[in-house]
Amino acid sequence: MYATNFSRAANLADASAKMGAATDGKYLAGGQTLIPTMKQRLAAPSDLIDLTRIPDLSGIKADADTVTIGAATRHYDVATSATVRGAIPAIAALAAGIGDPAVRHMGTIGGSIANNDPAADYPAAVLALGAGIITDKRTIFAEAWFQGMFSTALGTDEIVKAIQFPIPAKAAYAKFPNPASRYALAGVFVAKMKNGSVRVAATGVGEGGVLRFPALEAALQANWSAAALANVAVSPEGLLSDIHGSAEYRANLVNVMARRAVAAAG
Amino acid sequence: MTTVSMTVNGRQVSADVEDRTLLVDYLRNAISLTGTHVGCDTSQCGACVVHVDGRAVKSCTMLAVQAAGSSVTTIEGLATGDELHPVQAAFREHHGLQCGFCTPGMIMTAVDMIRRHGGQLDEATVRHELEGNICRCTGYHNIVKAILDAAAKMQMPAAAE
Repeated sequence: MYATNFSRAANLADASAKMGAATDGKYLAGGQTLIPTMKQRLAAPSDLIDLTRIPDLSGIKADADTVTIGAATRHYDVATSATVRGAIPAIAALAAGIGDPAVRHMGTIGGSIANNDPAADYPAAVLALGAGIITDKRTIFAEAWFQGMFSTALGTDEIVKAIQFPIPAKAAYAKFPNPASRYALAGVFVAKMKNGSVRVAATGVGEGGVLRFPALEAALQANWSAAALANVAVSPEGLLSDIHGSAEYRANLVNVMARRAVAAAG
Repeated sequence: MTTVSMTVNGRQVSADVEDRTLLVDYLRNAISLTGTHVGCDTSQCGACVVHVDGRAVKSCTMLAVQAAGSSVTTIEGLATGDELHPVQAAFREHHGLQCGFCTPGMIMTAVDMIRRHGGQLDEATVRHELEGNICRCTGYHNIVKAILDAAAKMQMPAAAE
């Protein structure tokens, strides 16, 4: 790792001021991606500004229609939250399947969303539920947020404060992890919203990161059942092809994981 | 250089280190606690697991300065004098180690796991929770046995005199 200067932000204004003063600063949350990336010298920020001690950036709250998760909330706290388990159990289950227990104790939802790794789990839930990403400047909805692999609408000096998920009628996430890395080879989040609309988003498969599957959505809209997907072909076009699996293999996995998710959602 | 202070195994420690110093290097080099191991150095193997403010974390994937002011427990902090922690004792009894390199991380992960699950541990849960700890001797079977036995013993009320 190259040398860097670490500081803790006391509040959002302090974080922005520290970022403004840095030559090439980077905000640090749980660090479970950023620190390994820095160790490999693939990133070398002059300054690291730790956001995790900012009050109000952590925590979970819910009302009748939404669950709002503070950006610095750890995966473990989402996975074990009675509020999340009650309102959107699919998100608690998704969080419980990220990395391993030690990684879940450190990693944060805001970090995951801001990094937008093409195989990260949270983006599937954010896109499938049409969540709002609340920053210190504005609210950006999922469709506008994700802009391709490791790319989002977040400005360099902008800070994610919270993610607001609409509570669906039904939802579930099914992941096929790479047997070695445990990252999603295909992770599919299915959601039936309270207004009846159906959304399906998958991580780990798209060349441009997380994406929706309109054909699967249309089939489930007509008939919310795993059987309804049996004959729906998923096109390999635009899907990743690498040593872990061909685009055709991933396309098939999307259908299989979607069926498992619908069955789990009930 | 930054002066980084924290509580390690109940003892207040302080050392001048670079901000880029990893917690595992702080523990091993700055304060000479070499029980915490570096295996893969890529947050996959879990040999470096310690507890920070009561939670198991991978100390190769955290900066020492991130833990400034925190309370850290390492493998050296588990035993009480000459008496092994119940998880350490169970690893010895069940031959839960072969070469021993992964053992500190396995035990710190196990202690955290037992704390979180209490009496709810079964074999499938233990195996799933060990996802982030790798034993290259492949001695998982006895590691799982040791953790289940320790969990059961730690649940047992003290025998009446």
